[in-house]
Amino acid sequence: MTTDSETPTAPPGVLVRSSTASTATLSPRRTLVEPDDAAGSGDQVAPPPTPRRLPTPLRPRDFGTRDIALLVISAFSSFCLTWVIFFQVTSLSGALGFLVVWYVGFLALTWLSTAEVIERSVATDRVVAVVVVSAAMLVSGLVVFIVAWVAYKAIPSIHWGSLLSKDQLHLEATDPNALAHVGVVHAVIGTLEQVLLATAVGVPFAIATAVFLNEVKGWPVRTVRTVVTAMSGTPSVVAGIFIYSLLILTGYLPYSGFAASLALVVILLPSVTRVVEEVLRVVPSGLREASQALGAPEWRTVWSVVLPTARSGVVTAILLGIARIVGETAPLLFTAVGSQVKNWDPFLHDQGALPLSIWSNHQFPQAVYVDLAFQAAFVLMSFVLILFVLARLFSRPKGKRSKNVSEGDDMMARYFIPVPIERPTESEVGQ
Amino acid sequence: MSIDADLARVDAPVPAPITVTKDYSLPDRIFRRGVQAAGIGVLFLLIAIGVFLLHAGYPAFHNAGLHFFTRSGFQTIGAHPSFGVFASLIGTIEVASVAMLVGVPVAIATAIFLSEYAPLWSRRSLIAMIDLAAAIPSIIFGLWAIFELQPNVVGFSTWLSRHFAFIPFFKVVSPPLNASLFIAGLVVGIMIVPIIASICREVFSLAPAGEREAALALGASRWQMIRSVVLPFGRGGMIGAVMLGLGRALEETIAVAIILGLSFTASAHILQHGGTTISQLIAVKFGSGGTLGTQDLLMCGFVLFVLTMVINLAASAIVNRSRSGAGVDL
Repeated sequence: MTTDSETPTAPPGVLVRSSTASTATLSPRRTLVEPDDAAGSGDQVAPPPTPRRLPTPLRPRDFGTRDIALLVISAFSSFCLTWVIFFQVTSLSGALGFLVVWYVGFLALTWLSTAEVIERSVATDRVVAVVVVSAAMLVSGLVVFIVAWVAYKAIPSIHWGSLLSKDQLHLEATDPNALAHVGVVHAVIGTLEQVLLATAVGVPFAIATAVFLNEVKGWPVRTVRTVVTAMSGTPSVVAGIFIYSLLILTGYLPYSGFAASLALVVILLPSVTRVVEEVLRVVPSGLREASQALGAPEWRTVWSVVLPTARSGVVTAILLGIARIVGETAPLLFTAVGSQVKNWDPFLHDQGALPLSIWSNHQFPQAVYVDLAFQAAFVLMSFVLILFVLARLFSRPKGKRSKNVSEGDDMMARYFIPVPIERPTESEVGQ
Repeated sequence: MSIDADLARVDAPVPAPITVTKDYSLPDRIFRRGVQAAGIGVLFLLIAIGVFLLHAGYPAFHNAGLHFFTRSGFQTIGAHPSFGVFASLIGTIEVASVAMLVGVPVAIATAIFLSEYAPLWSRRSLIAMIDLAAAIPSIIFGLWAIFELQPNVVGFSTWLSRHFAFIPFFKVVSPPLNASLFIAGLVVGIMIVPIIASICREVFSLAPAGEREAALALGASRWQMIRSVVLPFGRGGMIGAVMLGLGRALEETIAVAIILGLSFTASAHILQHGGTTISQLIAVKFGSGGTLGTQDLLMCGFVLFVLTMVINLAASAIVNRSRSGAGVDL
């Protein structure tokens, strides 16, 4: 590594570009000498310039054997260090603790060794790269792991014949073949009915609100937008006890699947509204103006131009909203309560649901109940995955299959938080 | 010839002029009123949540007075009821703090990886992975935590408590280390990662390419470029994302209820068994305390509701006021 301090300073105007010190001295062709103004005016002849060498630029791609060796050695020595700390000095167990300490030690050693061998800023850069890569690997690894774990725990005990055809009424924990006589169909019925009712009530409401926010406007748009934002942070447990105190406590509704679906509406409504509003915002205003110029009334413009243009986005928003409420447990505790038997009527009596099955069954000490909880979790996870894949298919722009991040991917993320999209300006629309 | 044709056209009957009025036609008025009603309906829904919880829970507050905020417990049946939200409030804050300490760094690092480091071919699937993490139901996270995470964490908790007991939070008074606030916070921390990461990724990717290239051209390393361009640019969005994660961490119910053993002592010793958060208290104790118990839980729910509303509104205010390049439209 060549630095300024190692080489004598050259007069101004003389620069040497060199990749290393040796090439600079061996290849004089690369020495750039600018015309010397002083030589023309004065009679003194300047002494031959000593070339000043610039430090070799370090590029991210310059990741060679030495760097890999640094990482490997750091990893190995921090492993040994952690082993000493963990088993010799403090004598404790726990794979997780070991990994955490090893990781921290690895980062510290990487920084120190890189700073020693190369440079401090390179060391920081490299440690950050390691942290960032490992965080992303941790998160995506965890997702794959949890999904696979649920399947791994559930599948061995599943009796496929009874899983989706029987309810939990005849569960006898002492029977070794108990799982052949029970299933989760009561919970599947409950979840499907509650989610469908919630969608039927919530989605038109959400689309109407989004149309109000983005198309119609007028009083009180600002307040409603703030309220929708605030409501999307409503705790799900609060949604449940709200419906409980509003409708069940006062006697308007019994504990039922319908009450549960109303609680789910409170959760579904703000999130779907926000995403649909984002989707409507990217509909070019030229289309609206064209429709109005043809004499269409406003409702016709929204119904026949704006909503069809935004169709795939709206469908994705709805699917993701459903994926979110299908796994909600807390609101159902106070409304649907849960049941062991099939109940087709969502308007009367307690009703089961997949999350409630997991919640109530996992608490039992008997393995049969825990197995059943995992089966319900497996079915629930399958529902979520199906909805997720469907949403991705709908959000992908048609006819364009690029590997880069597309508009559709951004919309998926915006399900949780809308980032403002630039509205097309008048001039862009005109073109 | 053409003149004749023109003259002929002039003779044609002139269509009646279109009348342009500011008034909307009847269907339009119905349509406008309809969607306006939907918007106002959302407004009323939020107000109704607050009003009905307060209305239904007020008797409990009336019974306990201001002791509602200073006492803890759930003894609502009998002549001398004693209950309050104090321990649950402290526990909620402790769980959320642990979750933020765990979740925020991981989430921001993940977001930086996705927007700056990830090779283009892998970006799509990685983003899908993060979105999927956000779609996994919280009860499945809870199930995973109690069967898979907890057995692995207890050893680490023991190690922390034995060697870092001089830090008050890591001190342990009563030994069992499972079902603790720390483990609950850890799960919630994992659950908020995808939410914070996906917002931050979007904000980071909006940082202008010109300024990134300028930083790199001046000789900045990749991290120096991120620190001097990407992070300052995305500050507003990051704060908003973190606040949103905080709101989520405060409200998480079922994963905490699965992990945490209910106990009504407000303590700073997060590693030891037991604790309580507001939402866990509501979920676990619902229907078991008579009329007064239900009223107490509804009042607790109102406290939680107000807490999360304040956090969320503050988040959007901060984001709107922050003058960094890209704010998140909360």
